[in-house]
Amino acid sequence: MATREPGDHAAFAEKFNRDEARVNWHDETLWTVRKRRDLRAGQLPEWEALRSKASMIKDHTLSNLHDYWVQFEKNAIANGARVHWAADATEHNIIVHDILKTNGVAKMVKSKSMLTEECHLNEYLQDNGIDVVDSDLGERILQLADERPTHIVMPSIHIKKEEIGELFHQHLGTPKGMSDPQFLTETARHHLRDVFLTRSAALTGVNFAIAETGEFVVCTNEGNADMGAHLADVHIASVGIEKIIPQRKHLGVFLRLLARSATGQFITTYSSHFSVPRKGKEIHIVIVDNGRSRQLAREDFRNALKCIKCGACMNTCPVYRRSGGYSYNYTISGPIGSILAPNLDMADHKDLPFASTLCGSCTNVCPVKIDIHQQLYKWRQVIVAEGHAENKKKLAMKAMSGILSSPSLFKMAAKGFSWVSGILPVAVKNKFNAWYHQREMPEVKKETFTAWYKRNHKE
Amino acid sequence: MTVGLFIPCYVNMFYPEAAIATLSLLEKLGVKVAYPLQQTCCGQPLANSGFEKLTAGCDELFIKNFSSFDYIVCPSGSCALHIKDHLHSEKNKTLASEIKTKVFELVEFITDVLKVEKLYARFPHKVGLHQSCHGLRGLYLAQMSELQAPQFSKPEYLLNMVEGLELIPLERKDECCGFGGTFCVTEEAVSVKMGKDRVADHIKNDAEYITSADLSCLMHMEGILKRNKSDVRVIHIAEILNAQ
Repeated sequence: MATREPGDHAAFAEKFNRDEARVNWHDETLWTVRKRRDLRAGQLPEWEALRSKASMIKDHTLSNLHDYWVQFEKNAIANGARVHWAADATEHNIIVHDILKTNGVAKMVKSKSMLTEECHLNEYLQDNGIDVVDSDLGERILQLADERPTHIVMPSIHIKKEEIGELFHQHLGTPKGMSDPQFLTETARHHLRDVFLTRSAALTGVNFAIAETGEFVVCTNEGNADMGAHLADVHIASVGIEKIIPQRKHLGVFLRLLARSATGQFITTYSSHFSVPRKGKEIHIVIVDNGRSRQLAREDFRNALKCIKCGACMNTCPVYRRSGGYSYNYTISGPIGSILAPNLDMADHKDLPFASTLCGSCTNVCPVKIDIHQQLYKWRQVIVAEGHAENKKKLAMKAMSGILSSPSLFKMAAKGFSWVSGILPVAVKNKFNAWYHQREMPEVKKETFTAWYKRNHKE
Repeated sequence: MTVGLFIPCYVNMFYPEAAIATLSLLEKLGVKVAYPLQQTCCGQPLANSGFEKLTAGCDELFIKNFSSFDYIVCPSGSCALHIKDHLHSEKNKTLASEIKTKVFELVEFITDVLKVEKLYARFPHKVGLHQSCHGLRGLYLAQMSELQAPQFSKPEYLLNMVEGLELIPLERKDECCGFGGTFCVTEEAVSVKMGKDRVADHIKNDAEYITSADLSCLMHMEGILKRNKSDVRVIHIAEILNAQ
């Protein structure tokens, strides 16, 4: 499977835009989801109050993370689950592998988990001789296509049904040219049924860990997490430290927001609670940090950890819809990915906070009120302050700063329009001018407003 | 009451007619207006590029030019928002925070401060309203489609006072046009695609003019319209509100 490819967001986005019809299709598909979200949200008079409440619960929890996880651990152990702590992706992968080794498991089924994508668990286990099958339909499609997710809720949203038909024809033996969604889904169902029956270990993600009870909740639409977990002897649940909520009653806030924000459903089809392992079976909970505590320590960026991974910011983002998930070159794409990725590796992801017009739509659809576009702005400042801007850009900005601070220099520069060259190269009409490539230049007027004003308002 | 007229640098150069209309409209509404000749730029291009630290000179100059006025009015939501959100001064902390409360975008100044209920303007055309993101989600000039809250629109309120003007509906009433400051050149492909899509929505709904309280969005869309030899024109909202 592909790892990070060379190139920045703008370059990948340019490539994506060479097929305009596909961009239109991608944009419309995700806009439809945004519209469904609007419809569902609009049906709840208390929608904005719910967002505020969710935000406050998360703020409170992030301020007391240590205590809640200690409480969770105590209650989970009392339930009969085993609790593991992983500082980073490597530790997480080793812990999962150890559990499988101890139980003599060579084949595992896995439901959707962005955390394991973030940790590159599949690759790690495969390198260690463990066969992993993803049971979420979207993720299974990606496994067959040997691709990465482009969206956190709808991982294969970038693939058209005809392309899925071709994949299934190659891998699952469906008739060539068959792209009927019903038929393809049924095929996947039968194929996965066999997988569920033959796997003795199942890994699931976690949507909410509840401190009060030591239980965790997994939300899916396909029931695949349940099918895997109930048929397996060993259930491993991987959970990031941001996923905890204090009490069960808080689910009443989050479950209502999650599916409405994500897909415009009232609630996910399955919202399953796991607490006590059945007789002779095991539940392992792997609690993962992997940079989250570092993010928690960054005051301007800590509240990005409120994220419940609904993907609403992606669906609404006019840039994401027209650049595709791969253009972000990170496990989590879109606006939320752009404020999470620089925390892990600033140099590697320095392009992402700039892959936005700062339009602010993301912040206002976010069900937990993360100030996403403000954080994008703040990441830009941090990235420049820590020396990740190109020298050329630094020099241009310094020159511009000098000109804009001085009315006399500004007047001189305004005549030649050279001061704008850093942002808007208006003087040259050639192929190197990114403005002129697909847009006409603004017309230069004979007289500036200042000149007109002086002429008409003698002081 | 004296208003300091704050004209964005690119408007001064490329769209002086919008600045003239702004001044004329304010004067028509009985406001005493002065235009500080030493103004340059609010510094937003630097700040949005991550160089907020280099805006100190711009900020001091802005304070020097505008701190003596009762109000500061700007025919651009984006530039007004930048001052509101990011004006900063170590030397003149009080003046800087005062300015943040005195700076208004033109439309909100007319509706919220002047509380104008009648305008004598005529513009017999089909007009599409483009909501700039900074005006909409930053200054709350209208209710954004993301929030489940009561509807209002300050620019529409004023446009509806204009005789003969027909506001056309849009399929996506508040999607970003893709200008985004330096984004328009650093992310050229997506920027242009966003602009094309926005323009297409207006054209599909029979707009003769696209108007906005922000010329930066309009400059970008105008570039696309002209390249595609479209008859649809862009016009700043001040020019419509001032039209006879």
